[in-house]
Amino acid sequence: MLKLSELKEGDKAVIVKVGGMGVFRQRLLEMGFIKGTEIFIEKYAPFKDPMEIIIKGYHVSLRVEEASYIEVDMQ
Amino acid sequence: MHKETIRAALIGNPNSGKTTIFNEMTGARQKVGNWAGVTVEKKEGRIEHNDHNIEITDLPGTYSLTAYTIEEIVSRNFILDEKPDVVIDVIDSSNLERSLYLATQLIELDIKLIFALNMMDIATSKGHHIDREKLAALLGVPVVFTVGNKGSGVEDLVEKIVEVAEDRNTVSRHIHIAYGNEVEKEIRNIQSVIWRNPGIGEKYSTRWLSLKLIESDNEVIDTLSFFPEIADDVTKQAEQSKAAIKEIYKDDPEIIISDQRYGFINGALKECLKIKSTNRIDISQKVDLFLTNRFIGIPIFIFFIWCMFQATFKLGAIPADFLDALIGYAGEGVSFILPAGLLQDMIVNGIIGGVGAVIVFLPNILILFFFIALFEDTGYMARAAFLMDKFMHIIGLHGRSFIPMLMGFGCNAPAVMATRTLENENDRLLSILINPLISCSARLPVYILVAGTFFPQHAGNAIFSIYAIGIALAILIGKLFRIILFKGETAPFVMELPPYRMPTIKGLAIHMWERGKIFLQKATGMILIGSIIIWALSTFPLNRHDTDYPDSQTMEGSYLSILGKSIAPVLKPLGMDWRETVALISGLAAKEIIVSTMGVLYPGKNNNGEEIQKLSARLKHSGMTPAAAFSFMVFVLIYTPCLATLAVMKRETNSWKWPFFAVGYSLVLAWVTSFMIFQTGKIIGF
Repeated sequence: MLKLSELKEGDKAVIVKVGGMGVFRQRLLEMGFIKGTEIFIEKYAPFKDPMEIIIKGYHVSLRVEEASYIEVDMQ
Repeated sequence: MHKETIRAALIGNPNSGKTTIFNEMTGARQKVGNWAGVTVEKKEGRIEHNDHNIEITDLPGTYSLTAYTIEEIVSRNFILDEKPDVVIDVIDSSNLERSLYLATQLIELDIKLIFALNMMDIATSKGHHIDREKLAALLGVPVVFTVGNKGSGVEDLVEKIVEVAEDRNTVSRHIHIAYGNEVEKEIRNIQSVIWRNPGIGEKYSTRWLSLKLIESDNEVIDTLSFFPEIADDVTKQAEQSKAAIKEIYKDDPEIIISDQRYGFINGALKECLKIKSTNRIDISQKVDLFLTNRFIGIPIFIFFIWCMFQATFKLGAIPADFLDALIGYAGEGVSFILPAGLLQDMIVNGIIGGVGAVIVFLPNILILFFFIALFEDTGYMARAAFLMDKFMHIIGLHGRSFIPMLMGFGCNAPAVMATRTLENENDRLLSILINPLISCSARLPVYILVAGTFFPQHAGNAIFSIYAIGIALAILIGKLFRIILFKGETAPFVMELPPYRMPTIKGLAIHMWERGKIFLQKATGMILIGSIIIWALSTFPLNRHDTDYPDSQTMEGSYLSILGKSIAPVLKPLGMDWRETVALISGLAAKEIIVSTMGVLYPGKNNNGEEIQKLSARLKHSGMTPAAAFSFMVFVLIYTPCLATLAVMKRETNSWKWPFFAVGYSLVLAWVTSFMIFQTGKIIGF
């Protein structure tokens, strides 16, 4: 198991667990960060933070620090 | 004939094209205001359809109804308390799975719904085939296909609104989203306690209330307090239920509920959505290879912003000259009709001179807002936030605060309001406090006048550097305040990067005009009053003599010059004389007034007694040096936010403490910065 923040551009993975609390986790859940969902790392921003992820067919950005709360399995 | 009124509300995810649909439906017949008590924008429109009037309220864009952000609370309360006849959820068809999350929450509210599957053209080109009949039947909600930016399907949607409002639609039925046996059992347990008070059931769906309690929804918990006889029992039952669910699933109830909702959505989509894989290139992805590129993304972004300011200045100058001439004729016309005297003087020099000096800048302001609307409507704004987040994060701000900051270039008052989208209170306060350092369009007239006069060959660069100083100071002060005043967490950065979209002319025109209108309202309201006051202060007492121009009455000896002269010594080290001081005092109300005051302050005759029409020429003869001119512009940039911005700050922070603080820190900062600039300029010979 890896943290989402440890993945590189072009990596594919499946979400195992969404950590964190409160507003943050709720927002992730409603945006589709659900156990078993596939994600693709599109790119990192110029200063290596935030990162752009493709999930459920749309693009979303997350900070690297926040992505570290999401645990994934590499495919 | 009496027409029946139907009240409809539009809701949808950000970037779903909701505003485009709203514009398509209502055209220019829109009323923009604020939601009572909060500062989220409220848009209303009205259309006539056969024998019905349809009043449409455009609710704020939101991903869900969890009541975490003010937008969600506003939307939810409107639906629950105002009970519109029909709610239309605008859904991005090419992003169906995520969009249906909000849809499931709406279904649970047990209200009359229509789903507008928007941007069908994009979905089709992505190879998505949606079975409309089946989707409608499964969800129990009529579905309309629309393409907002081409206006197709909108007529159909209006037709459906009437049909659903009058209960004539055969598809509409209330369905339950099943959450699995364990959760369903707990929903029933909570419901049975709620039913002890029949009053609640009349107002809210008890199933929805129970579900929300399982999700630990604070707003619903607050609602319970209106029913004190059962509140304690319900809360106790809810706690038991949550514990029971957690025990079985070994996970928090919120996670289970979201899981089940997406499960329901996936089930529905398996039956209604066929995706043919096409070899179509994702254009947005290709464009982003450049626009959010690691190396050239930020230079391109800076280039865009630079273009925006160049266009604002250069392109805007063309119609501005024409307007200037027109206002000149108006003044001459009035002088011709009215007899010479105080009244003529007040109208020509006070009102036409003052208001006219500001209205001249309308073209510049419209161009600036055109660019901001363009960034918003194409989807580039989100990329800007993506590029700038790390940078903003260094100051301790969210990439999303970049958007209110960029709006600050237009006007700080709505920009301060826009900080509402920031969920974290500290982020919000910090963004509010440093926003006035972002140079608003009201200050632009001052720069255009002064830079155009003293740096005619490099006006664009001079203005660009003023903006840059503002940004640099915002960063420094932001960092400082974050360390001293606001320690703690910043909000999460979960932000959608929507596909790039071709903006509609109609949408751009509406956005541009909305802002232009606010500017004109200020010009005819606050600035009109300001101009008359300044005129009166500069005219009275009458029968003064001017030592330099004995045959004309100028500012010398007027109340305004007395006031200016008493404060002027404080600003002398910054290279300013009493006239600039007076202009700055008048700018406290609104910064546009600075230019109109200068229009009254600088003598209209040169040393040979000839009339000089153009303000810039008069200014050039005033003895101001380039270093003083630059120092003046920087002072205008930094010193105290205008009254409107201060009023909004008070409303947003709900206390006078922060607006007062903003006035204090900005005055000190302005003095210090201008002092350094003027003294340095003087030493190096400007």
